[in-house]
Amino acid sequence: MSKGQEKKGNDESRNIVLCGVGGQGTILASKLISAASMAKGMEVRSAETIGMAQRGGSVFSHIRLGSGAQCPMNAAGTADIILGFEPGETVRMLPYLKKGGMVVVSSRPVMPVTAALAGSNYNGAAMIEYLRAKAGRVVVVDTEKACRELGSGKIVNLLLLGVAAASGQLGLTVEDIRQAVKLKVPAKFHELNFRALEYAEKLAQ
Amino acid sequence: MHKEFLMGNEAIALGALAAGVRLVAGYPGTPSTEVLETVAKHRLPETYVEWSINEKTAMEVGAGAAYGGARVLVTMKQVGLNVAADPLMCLEYIGVKGGMVVLVADDPGPISSQTEQDTRHFSRFAKLPCFDPSTVQEAYEMVQEAFEYSEKYGTPVFFRSTTRVSHGYASIEVKDREEYRQVVPEGFVKDTKRWVIFPRLSYQAHINIEARNEKLGKVFSGYGRNFIIPADAQVSSDSVLCRRGVATGGFSFTYVNEAMAELGQLRELKVSTPHPFPEDLAVEFLQGLDEVLCVEELDPVLERELTYICGKHHLPVKILGKLTHDVKNSGENTRDSVMENLASFMGRAVPQQGALTAEELSDMPELPVRPPVLCAGCPHRASFYAVKQAMKGKKTIFCGDIGCYTMGNAMPLDMVDTCLCMGAGLGIAQGVNHMEPDTSCFAFVGDSTFFAAAIPSVINAVYNQAEMTLIVLDNSTTAMTGHQPHPGTGRTMMGDVVNKVSIEGILRGIGLESVETVNPLDLQASIAAVKKAAGLPGVKAIIFKYPCIAIEKPEGCMAVDSSKCINCRKCIRELGCPALIIRDNQVVIDETLCTGCGLCSQVCPVQAIGGASHE
Repeated sequence: MSKGQEKKGNDESRNIVLCGVGGQGTILASKLISAASMAKGMEVRSAETIGMAQRGGSVFSHIRLGSGAQCPMNAAGTADIILGFEPGETVRMLPYLKKGGMVVVSSRPVMPVTAALAGSNYNGAAMIEYLRAKAGRVVVVDTEKACRELGSGKIVNLLLLGVAAASGQLGLTVEDIRQAVKLKVPAKFHELNFRALEYAEKLAQ
Repeated sequence: MHKEFLMGNEAIALGALAAGVRLVAGYPGTPSTEVLETVAKHRLPETYVEWSINEKTAMEVGAGAAYGGARVLVTMKQVGLNVAADPLMCLEYIGVKGGMVVLVADDPGPISSQTEQDTRHFSRFAKLPCFDPSTVQEAYEMVQEAFEYSEKYGTPVFFRSTTRVSHGYASIEVKDREEYRQVVPEGFVKDTKRWVIFPRLSYQAHINIEARNEKLGKVFSGYGRNFIIPADAQVSSDSVLCRRGVATGGFSFTYVNEAMAELGQLRELKVSTPHPFPEDLAVEFLQGLDEVLCVEELDPVLERELTYICGKHHLPVKILGKLTHDVKNSGENTRDSVMENLASFMGRAVPQQGALTAEELSDMPELPVRPPVLCAGCPHRASFYAVKQAMKGKKTIFCGDIGCYTMGNAMPLDMVDTCLCMGAGLGIAQGVNHMEPDTSCFAFVGDSTFFAAAIPSVINAVYNQAEMTLIVLDNSTTAMTGHQPHPGTGRTMMGDVVNKVSIEGILRGIGLESVETVNPLDLQASIAAVKKAAGLPGVKAIIFKYPCIAIEKPEGCMAVDSSKCINCRKCIRELGCPALIIRDNQVVIDETLCTGCGLCSQVCPVQAIGGASHE
């Protein structure tokens, strides 16, 4: 492919990174973005962590939208947006962010066993501060409060997706995500997920 | 045709179904597992699918079906191929009637494996053709072609995938069901000269195999998935770069193409059949080049082949790669590493795409280290802790095995002294015992691994008079690879409910006199059972039986009563459960993770931890 074609592809192409700790729901979030983008007729490529790291390790998903992409993985400095499910893990993936790119991050830290053993008081605040200093635009989502108010700890993914979609940086609307939920999530969770999206939409305003 | 968003492994499965596969057998292992699961989900009425008890059995089941002309897919991860090597090496001499594709998923990194072995290498050793796809779409199409070649040449073929192909997703074109191949197999036809291996038969077969592979190397030079991409106009007009080339295959092909789009397109060789190597095509590629960089993962297979071909054809081309230290010789490639390798090879700077520079990121705060750990509420934690408490102060060795419970090695449990391969813990414990009779030898094995690889070693221990304690960690599933059924679960991949095979029954049948089944979440009873077993002579076993928290819905959540907690942190120091965390210098329980297993409440010296949901 020539450079000219790549440039043209870039207008509608988008690179996304999702990251967090195994078990937080990054895989479903990645599937929802992919499904919503496909529904809009976009080419989608993605790659994610499956296996041992899913047991509390660092996990990530790469998504590349648009016909210019050949490889599902992002290179350093190419992600338009990072959806961070955990502050420290978001800092870990920061090298993938484009200069001036956007970060949507959950404020709630997940303390690794090693940190608890060492008596560390890791609370994520320093990580959030670092993200603010380095990224173009940072939206911190108080997922702990939101989960309490919505009565479920399993909706961090929908909250982050909702905020990112409402910001306009995902190339998808909140309604696009809602339709993807209908396709990809069992019906008994629809109501909870829709409430999380509405909550996120309000947060973003 | 229609479009679907598929994982590479799903694409391979659907490709096999489109090719008319009749029997699929395998053993779970990351990154291969989803292939067989997808076949089971989308199978046709005539498709038979099973999780075999191990890869060797899967290969033999596959051989039987292929002898009768059925198309067969056998699936495994790279280390599983070692287990299946015996039937496969022999099967190559016998050959098959129905197309037989052996899917092996390699794991550069490695991300979830013990080794970085390369199945392309194995294919040369086994003299089997090997197909090596680069993308999800290619995997879908190539697996169908692999069946055709296998059937045409009467040989099993390897279909080698790697983690990023197997676990990558893409929106691809797939066939509708009406387009699937429909052929009824002929059935097994008796012919002892064909199906019974003997030295004389093998001698003749060896001659035929060598002739066939020589022919296939020529055929593969014309196979459309092996091809040369010419240099672009800019590179062609550069007197140095026009004499440089890049050779690649597998997933690295996509990294190379991303880099070429930025740096300029060198003459490029893409190899999709690393064995037999498309030699004629390679010679055509090498003509007029001075230097070639080989970009591949795992072993330098392309690099060695090209070096050999240069020697054979007297081509003055320098072949660079892992052997010449121009590309790192272990671990995964990345887009960034390949970009660096190619930029350096072309004498160009790595394009700065607006990344934060190393300098800008130099003040990055120290990040928490996150080794994978046993889940909060995992019954294995309780089992390990009980053994640890029971054997405190005694001379012991704890031999671990392959599965979630390998993570019992992490601090603070620190209960895995050895781990090698599936089922090895039992043999290792016996070896230690024979050399050091005063050491109390334990082997830990999970339920699925017990069925797959441990039973002969238990018999060996009994027969050869070893002294050891076998701990079976029975969580009623194959947890690590995503909860596949096994003989102890009473479910099959065909959806049948069948009699469960009893681990306790097997152990008693082998002749163990002491076999006790205990709930590991009852700490006192577990400690007592371990102490008793350790004190008995011979081979004895404890089965710690409690379902994996991911399959059995947990009941509730524990809570720390801060008025009683003396902040001694014994719970954290002894158990290392991810749900026990420190917040504002106090031990608290993360209610999003806690499953209410209650182990911490049994460890707390002042009874400060109670069941919140039971109040």
